[in-house]
Amino acid sequence: MTVGSGRALVEVRNLAKEFPLQTGFLEQLHFNHGRISRVRESVKAINGVDFDVVKGEALCVVGESGCGKSTVARAIMGLLKPTSGEIRYENKRIDTLKGKNLLPFRRKMQMIFQNPYASLNPRMTVQKTLQEPVRFHYPDLSPAEIGEKTAAVMQSVGVDPSWTVRYPHEFSGGQRQRISIARALAVDPEFIVADEPISALDVSIQAQVLNLLMDAQEQRGLTYLFITHDLSVVEHLGTRVAVMYLGTVCEIAPTRTLFATPQHPYTQALLSAIPRLNEVRPNHIKLRGEVPTPINLPKGCVFHGRCIHANERCLHDVPRLRKAASGVQVACHAVEEGRL
Amino acid sequence: MSPGAWHRFADSRVLWSFRHDKVAIVSFAVMCVYILLSFSAPLIAPYNPYDPTTIDIMDSEIPPAWLENGDTRFALGTDAQGRDMLSTILYGTRISLTIGICAVLLQAFLGITIGLISGYFGGRLDNFLMRVADIQLSFSTLMVAIIVLAVFQALFGTELYERLAILMLILVIGIAEWPQYARTVRASVLAEKKKEYVDAVRVIGLNPVRIMFRHILPNTLSPILVISTVQIANAIVSEAALSFLGLGMPVTKPSLGSLINSGFEFIFSGSWWITIIPGIVLVILVLVMNLLGDWLRDVLNPKLYKE
Repeated sequence: MTVGSGRALVEVRNLAKEFPLQTGFLEQLHFNHGRISRVRESVKAINGVDFDVVKGEALCVVGESGCGKSTVARAIMGLLKPTSGEIRYENKRIDTLKGKNLLPFRRKMQMIFQNPYASLNPRMTVQKTLQEPVRFHYPDLSPAEIGEKTAAVMQSVGVDPSWTVRYPHEFSGGQRQRISIARALAVDPEFIVADEPISALDVSIQAQVLNLLMDAQEQRGLTYLFITHDLSVVEHLGTRVAVMYLGTVCEIAPTRTLFATPQHPYTQALLSAIPRLNEVRPNHIKLRGEVPTPINLPKGCVFHGRCIHANERCLHDVPRLRKAASGVQVACHAVEEGRL
Repeated sequence: MSPGAWHRFADSRVLWSFRHDKVAIVSFAVMCVYILLSFSAPLIAPYNPYDPTTIDIMDSEIPPAWLENGDTRFALGTDAQGRDMLSTILYGTRISLTIGICAVLLQAFLGITIGLISGYFGGRLDNFLMRVADIQLSFSTLMVAIIVLAVFQALFGTELYERLAILMLILVIGIAEWPQYARTVRASVLAEKKKEYVDAVRVIGLNPVRIMFRHILPNTLSPILVISTVQIANAIVSEAALSFLGLGMPVTKPSLGSLINSGFEFIFSGSWWITIIPGIVLVILVLVMNLLGDWLRDVLNPKLYKE
C-alpha cells in the first residue's frame, strides 16, 4: 500500500511534547557565580512528528528506547496533552476536545498496553473489567446483552468465557494480554494503538498474541498503530513503517520497500544491525557516539552528530519529511540532495 | 460477600497468618469481648449508671468484692457517688469505643477524599491541600481539641456542652487527624495512578471521580486498614486525655477517661480502684488495638514476608 491509496484515519501534524524537569518554582532557581538565575529545562520527548495512519493498515513505529514512540501513542490516545501540534481523527481535531465531546472518539480508539501484569485492575474480576467499558459506551444494552457481547469477545481472543469470575492474578501473562486485547475489542473500536503489546511476553506466547492481533485486524477491519522495537515483528505485521530517532520521524515507508532499500542513514544502520543466519562476516554499520540527551537537542538534524554523510547544512537546518520515492518519506538533507 | 470472595478470603495469606500468630488471635479475641460487652452494656450491666434513682450516696467508695469491706452487690466496687464500677466501666467503654470509631470514620472520610483528589489531580491543588495538611499536623491534636472545646464551653455554657459532648469530641478528634489518612492515601494514589490499568480506564473515558473511587481506591485499601486500627486506638487515647483534663465527657456520662479523672482525687485516700480499674481497661483496649494494627501491617506489607 502506498501513501494516498487509502483514506487517512488519523493524522498527526507537527506534534511536540515537552516534559518540564523543574516543576516547582524553587527548583528552577539556580545559584552560580554569585547570581541567582531561573532555569527551566525540559525533556523534548517528541518534536515535530508528522504522519498519517491510513484506514485498514498497520503502521509500525520503530526506534530505540527513549525515542518517543510511547509518547506519540499516549498523545494520540489523549493520555498526554501535547505541547503543540494537531491530532485529527477522520478529519476532526481531537487533541483539544474534552469530556463528553471526546467520548465518541474514545469508543472508536482503544489501546493495548505493554505490561499485562499492570494493565488489569488486580481488585476487579475479568468480568467487571470487560463489562465496564461496554456498559459505559453502550448504556442502552441490557445486562444480558452486555454479557453476550463480552463472552463473544473473550471467545474471539481465545479466553474461556467461563473464567470471567476470576481475578487477573489467576492468569498467566499471555492470558492476561489476551484479556487486555479483549477489553480493547469489546467496545468495537476502529483504531487500536498497541504500545509494545508483546515485548513483556515469552517468545512462544509472542507469536500467538501477534497472530491474534492480525486475525482481529482481518475480521474486524481494524487499523493499527503498532509501537515496537522488534524489527522481525515489523516485517511480519506492518503495512508501513515509521522509524523514529530522538523524538523525530526519520523515514516512513512501506514495509517491503523499507527493508529492501532503506534510505535514511539511521534506518540503514538500524537494519544492518539485524543478525542474519547466512552472513559469515556481518557488515554492520557502526554508529559513532551515543544518542544525544533529549534535554539539549542538537541543532539542525538530530542525527548529524552520528551521521557519516552529515555536512554543513545538517548542522543548521532541520530536515523535514519529504517524499523520496513512491510512498517513501525521508527526513534527510543528503537523500534530498542526492548525495546518498 | 459472594461465595467466590469468601473462598478467596479463606485461602488468603491474611487468614493463614492470623491462624499462626498467637498474639493476633488473643488480641482479636480480647477486642471482640470488649466490643460485645460494651455494646450490650444496657442488657448485661447490673445497674444503670445514668439513672440517678438507682444510685445511693451511702454506697460510695465501696472496695471491690474480693477485698475487705467489699460488697457482693458491687463486683468492682463503687465510685465516690456510689455508682457501680462494673456498670460504669461497661457504659464508659461503650462511649470510648463509639467516639473512637466515629472519629476515625470522619477522619477516614475527610482524609481519603482529600488524599485521592490531591494524588490524582496533582499540581497546584495537590500542593495547596498538602500544605493545609502540614499546617493541620503542626498543631497537635490535643492542643486543637483543648482550644476548641474550651472556647465552646465558654461560649455556650457547660449545660449545652454536656448534651453535645460526644458529637463535639467526634468532630474535634475527627477533624484534627485527617492528614494522617490524606498523606497515606495520596502516597498510594501516586504509586497506583502510574500503573497501566489506570491509563486503560482513562482511555475508556470514565470520569475522574469514578476512576478515583472505583479503580484506585480499592487498590489503596491495605494501608488504610492498617492506619485505621492504630487511629482508633489514638482517638480513644485522645478522648481519654481530654476527659481526664475535664474537657471531654461530663461526670454524669463518664467515658473511661473521665472515670479515671474522677477517681484521681481519691487515689491517695485509699480508693485506688476508682482510677486503677478503668485505667487497666483502657490500657488493655489500646494495647490490643495497636497489636492488631502491627500484625495487619506486617501481613499486608509484602516486603515484610516472613517464612
